[in-house]
Amino acid sequence: MNIIVCVSHVPDTTTRINVGADKKSMDPAGVKFILNPYDEFAVEEALRLRDKFKGEVTAISVGADNAKEAIRQALAMGADKGILVKGDKSDSFQVADMLAAAIKPLSPDLILLGKQSIDFDGMEIASMLSELLDLPAATVAVALNIEGNKATVEKEVEGGRETIQLDMPCIVAAQKGLNEPRYPSLPNIMKAKQKPIQEVSGAPGAKRTEIVEMTKPEKKRANKIVKIDGNASQAAHELARMLHEEAKII
Amino acid sequence: MNILVYLEERNGRIRKPSLEAISAAHALGGTVHAAVIGAEANALVEQAKTLNVQTVFAASDARLAKYSSRATARALAEIAKQANAEVVLVGATGRGKDLAPRAAIRLEAGYVPDVTAFTNSNGDIVATHPVYAGKAQMSVRVTTPVKVFSTRPNLWKPSKDAAASTPAVQNVSVSFQDTDFSEHTTALTLSQGKLDVAEADIIVSGGRGMRGPEHWTLIENLAEAFGAATGASRAVVDAGWRPHAEQVGQTGKTVSPTLYVAIGISGAVQHLAGMSSSKTIVAINKDENAPIFSIADYGLVGDAFEVLPALTEEIKKLRSH
Ligand SMILES: Cc1cc2nc3c(=O)[nH]c(=O)nc-3n(C[C@H](O)[C@H](O)[C@H](O)COP(=O)(O)OP(=O)(O)OC[C@H]3O[C@@H](n4cnc5c(N)ncnc54)[C@H](O)[C@@H]3O)c2cc1C
Ligand SMILES: Nc1ncnc2c1ncn2[C@@H]1O[C@H](COP(=O)(O)O)[C@@H](O)[C@H]1O
Repeated sequence: MNIIVCVSHVPDTTTRINVGADKKSMDPAGVKFILNPYDEFAVEEALRLRDKFKGEVTAISVGADNAKEAIRQALAMGADKGILVKGDKSDSFQVADMLAAAIKPLSPDLILLGKQSIDFDGMEIASMLSELLDLPAATVAVALNIEGNKATVEKEVEGGRETIQLDMPCIVAAQKGLNEPRYPSLPNIMKAKQKPIQEVSGAPGAKRTEIVEMTKPEKKRANKIVKIDGNASQAAHELARMLHEEAKII
Repeated sequence: MNILVYLEERNGRIRKPSLEAISAAHALGGTVHAAVIGAEANALVEQAKTLNVQTVFAASDARLAKYSSRATARALAEIAKQANAEVVLVGATGRGKDLAPRAAIRLEAGYVPDVTAFTNSNGDIVATHPVYAGKAQMSVRVTTPVKVFSTRPNLWKPSKDAAASTPAVQNVSVSFQDTDFSEHTTALTLSQGKLDVAEADIIVSGGRGMRGPEHWTLIENLAEAFGAATGASRAVVDAGWRPHAEQVGQTGKTVSPTLYVAIGISGAVQHLAGMSSSKTIVAINKDENAPIFSIADYGLVGDAFEVLPALTEEIKKLRSH
């Protein structure tokens, strides 16, 4: 099975986000970047399927030179090779377009992604790829089962789960719960350094969005704190009163 | 400006996020139309006719009895063309987030996901959406003639107004292809009777401070008094006290309810990522330095075990009036 995994290189979840001088992007100074957490589930699933069906796993990322680190991480987990598509990733259509162009000639049996890239939180690339490559796709997958030329996905939706059936080849975007991603072992981290990463330049169609500005949300919170001074029911009463009279929620 | 709103159905009813999208469309300003797509569009068309829209576009195909995102996207894009829509709005639900980017590709349109606010000055629409798990927000202009947005649930009031006159109904025949159905839903299993965190207007969430699953009746009782859904921190889900479906945060669900009550939750950034856009936040924690208090509107410093029974009674009293 020829499997492609799309990986993105994103700021660590605990990073403080500061707005850059251009007021349109994050200031990268001092920010630690990681392999997008959801992509770890995608890589893990790819490795398991490769071990089951034989074949090859290729990790691909669109971004600047440093996106290679995300590919390296996938290689250290066990992927066979990598492709870095050098390009600007500020417009999601362009990212999908560059991915589609790089993936198409490889005619994969399966394309795996994370459900969401935790930088722009778009949840859009899998569906865009589906249309651009004319392949069926399912997102937010917590289970994936492949039999013959059919794949079955359990998708998490509000209030429950959907079972989705897809013809192979297809695209699946992973949610937490799909599997338990492995940690790369030291020997595998060393081995990953020898694995090939091909570099190509992306040539996407025109941008379809333009960032006007990036800001930090500034919601004013009332921040009224009551303390239990030996009397819990009095404190509860005071909290309920505030919700009723001040916040007017009940 | 023609705005087309996709009406998502569940169990034969138009879903609330779609009604909210209609309100968002009216707030943007323009002529609002609705799209109904399904195997049996008739019943939904009747519901749609009670809404404040000018035209209800309907596309039916028996094969849509099993929902297909691809087929629905084709239909939505064809309807958008017929309606001369410049803007297409889809509620940012599980299905909506799949559908909207597909429609955008088909319409050669730019797309902004999970929009929380719009400004429109003379047709120059700027959409704001949270990025970096809500730690920042981006204002984005779509530069294509057609623009597609998904709107985050619970931020607009569901449209209840009726149209000045009954909406016209226009049936659209869509040129579906077999490959559109190469992906379809064979089952939708809903957890019985429980309100889902992603949809709830009020959420009562518990964290590790609750000490064990056997104490969750305290959380559930308060939730019931509020008419709320129950949520949980990751620590609680990882410990197996609560199902992952209840997890709020970076690796769980993102919620923006009217009221979020965090009990025994410290307020780690990954938790805040999922709930910081809630309208009102209440925190109950025995540690007055817990980070959750820094984003709380109302807080109570104290032992949850002492305060929850009393608070539940207070809320019941207030709600019974
Ligand atoms: C990549 C990544 C993703 C993550 N994703 C998520 C996510 O989606 N959601 C999430 O929630 N976390 C997530 N986390 C975990 C997060 O960092 C925290 O570990 C977690 O939120 C802590 O849960 P907690 O607040 O319940 O527990 P704790 O941090 O242990 O806090 C317990 C709190 O309870 C209080 N307490 C104790 N006893 C009482 C009492 N009797 N009455 C009142 N208060 C009491 C304590 O003062 C304390 O503040 C993620 C972490 C990583 C690294
Ligand atoms: N720049 C990128 N390069 C490669 N894959 C990406 C990139 N951005 C997003 N993806 C993939 O698409 C998934 C969903 O991202 P998004 O739609 O941007 O939230 C991610 O989990 C990745 O698998």
